[in-house]
Amino acid sequence: MKRRTLLAGAALGLGLGLSLGSAAFALDKVKACFIYVGPIGDGGWSFQHDQGRLALEKELGDKVETVYQESVPEGADSERVMTQMALSGCNIVFATSFGYMDAVNNVAKKFPKVMFEHATGYKRDSPNVSTYDARFYEGRAVMGTIGGLMTKSNKIGYIGSFPIPEVIQGINSSYLAAKKVNPEVTMSVVWAYTWFDPAKEADAAKALIEQGVDVILQHTDSTAPLAEAAKTPGVIGFGQASDMAEYKPSPRVSAIIDNWGPYYIKRVGELLDGTYAQGATWAGIGDGEVKIGEITEAVPPEVKAKAEEVRDAIAAGTLHPFTGPINKQDGTPWLADGETPDDATLAGMNFYVEGIEGVIPQ
Amino acid sequence: MLGGINLATLIASLMVAAVPILMAATGELVAEKAGVLNLGVEGMMIIGAVCGLVAAVHSGSPALGFLAAAAAGAALSLVFALLTQVFLANQVATGLALTLFGLGLSSLIGQGYVGVKPPPTGRLEIPGLSDMPVLGPILFHHDVWVYLSIAMVAVVAAVLRRTRAGLILRAVGENHDAAHALGYKVTRVRLLAILFGGAMAGLGGAYVSLVRVPQWTDGITAGAGWIALAIVVFASWKPWRVLIGAYLFGGISVLQLNLQAAGARIPVEYLAMSPYVVTILVLVLISAERGGRGGNAPAALGRNFHAAR
Repeated sequence: MKRRTLLAGAALGLGLGLSLGSAAFALDKVKACFIYVGPIGDGGWSFQHDQGRLALEKELGDKVETVYQESVPEGADSERVMTQMALSGCNIVFATSFGYMDAVNNVAKKFPKVMFEHATGYKRDSPNVSTYDARFYEGRAVMGTIGGLMTKSNKIGYIGSFPIPEVIQGINSSYLAAKKVNPEVTMSVVWAYTWFDPAKEADAAKALIEQGVDVILQHTDSTAPLAEAAKTPGVIGFGQASDMAEYKPSPRVSAIIDNWGPYYIKRVGELLDGTYAQGATWAGIGDGEVKIGEITEAVPPEVKAKAEEVRDAIAAGTLHPFTGPINKQDGTPWLADGETPDDATLAGMNFYVEGIEGVIPQ
Repeated sequence: MLGGINLATLIASLMVAAVPILMAATGELVAEKAGVLNLGVEGMMIIGAVCGLVAAVHSGSPALGFLAAAAAGAALSLVFALLTQVFLANQVATGLALTLFGLGLSSLIGQGYVGVKPPPTGRLEIPGLSDMPVLGPILFHHDVWVYLSIAMVAVVAAVLRRTRAGLILRAVGENHDAAHALGYKVTRVRLLAILFGGAMAGLGGAYVSLVRVPQWTDGITAGAGWIALAIVVFASWKPWRVLIGAYLFGGISVLQLNLQAAGARIPVEYLAMSPYVVTILVLVLISAERGGRGGNAPAALGRNFHAAR
């Protein structure tokens, strides 16, 4: 087996000449390992990554063996888990949380033959580290449109996890979309400082509702904010990362679904046929990586039509959620009329747009 | 209104936020009054949380869930009672072990129940009263457990102060040798107090997993048991002060989220640590006031009793 992969690799090297980046050897069988920040039963982020893993198993059958570890805290624990995975013969490790960033790069340095894939990160210190991300902010624009049209109190609440660019993009994107359809709208942000803590998320949702918020967006992974919203009639929310269908038709009126399966199948497939190379992908609604969950009957037809219009325009590339003129919170101009930001600017977003109250914690 | 925050809804939600710590602290107060220092409150709470959820999910009845939670909390406290009252193990070490054991065991039991939705616990709507302005939302818009938790404080206060059973319990906690000499069954009294404490902690935990959140995840009680322990000291072992302490703590933790939501320009970090800062501050003030003697702690608190001595 080992000799064969070696030969195959040599053949590949001869055939293609020097390949760029971390060209991998073709493999007969891939052991793909996944590390999740929450439990796979969270009904959100980690659940959805695990769905991607299952899709991978289904697609590639006995050519792939998968292993996963759930509820791995960000930090030293994750480094230990990934080292263990690399030692136990994993060919590719999918690290599925932003906070694993340094651990991924540390471990990758020690195991140059193991490929590492880091979700939502941007650091690629060694050639065997790739990053992949989804344009969640595109989905947020659709949710913001629904929220802006549905709110009666004109107050939208947002439960933020950590003040990182990915979350700030979501806050800005949903606010801009809501503002576009409802100029009266205001946005309150509560930082929960956790990705997954149902008790804290429920408390944050409760506090928002007490402030008169009737549309809740969340950037945390559990279904607790929806459970809290369900206690007060008239409050709506959205599935985050996963469909969260058990709260249909209300309070969950729609959802942003992360669809990781195709990416996992593509990357492991590339490892199998030897075309794998280091990469950084950032796919959105148009690529099918971000999906909009069913818009339920709790949403009036005209609102639903408007939301679908936004969704389809983003998918077609005719609408960018951040299209100028947009000012920063302090009033300084950010984007000129008709201008859209490049990916690097988006990926480093660390400011609120004009109109959002409050400060981003440092 | 207070900086854009509606005071009535704030009070209403702090009453809800305080229920778990209030229940657990009331139970621990009784155990400590009997001279038993059980540091396993967190462990008993979380076992109550998971068992309550499992029972409620399978039976479809939240009431049965709470019942199971009380039983589970009491069952775990029985382990503590066996070790400290029969084998005379060190109470502090045993209590800490109980917490660690409870956290692990709950995680094991809860394996298949992460994200599962328990049956809802209804609010008690009293026609007329619930619709009153200001007082309506504060007093008459809660689930039954909010009222029960206050009622339990009243019952414990009355029993400890006005009944013979309460007198015996306090005697055992103040001087177990004297109580023994008078013919009271020290070990039995303490065993019952421990069981009561366990059942109350279990109920408090179930309130988190069945009403407040409502779902299961590892470590869902998130330190509420430790806060309950601090509140007993804060209250200098007086039942009604436990109520004040629990509401104060619940109030601050609710207020900090409300301030954020209302857009207060205070850094989030200060708000997030404020409940704990206030707890420490109050504890310091209380012990300073009493010359550092730890208030009116039961004299035999944490001391094991052996009749043959």
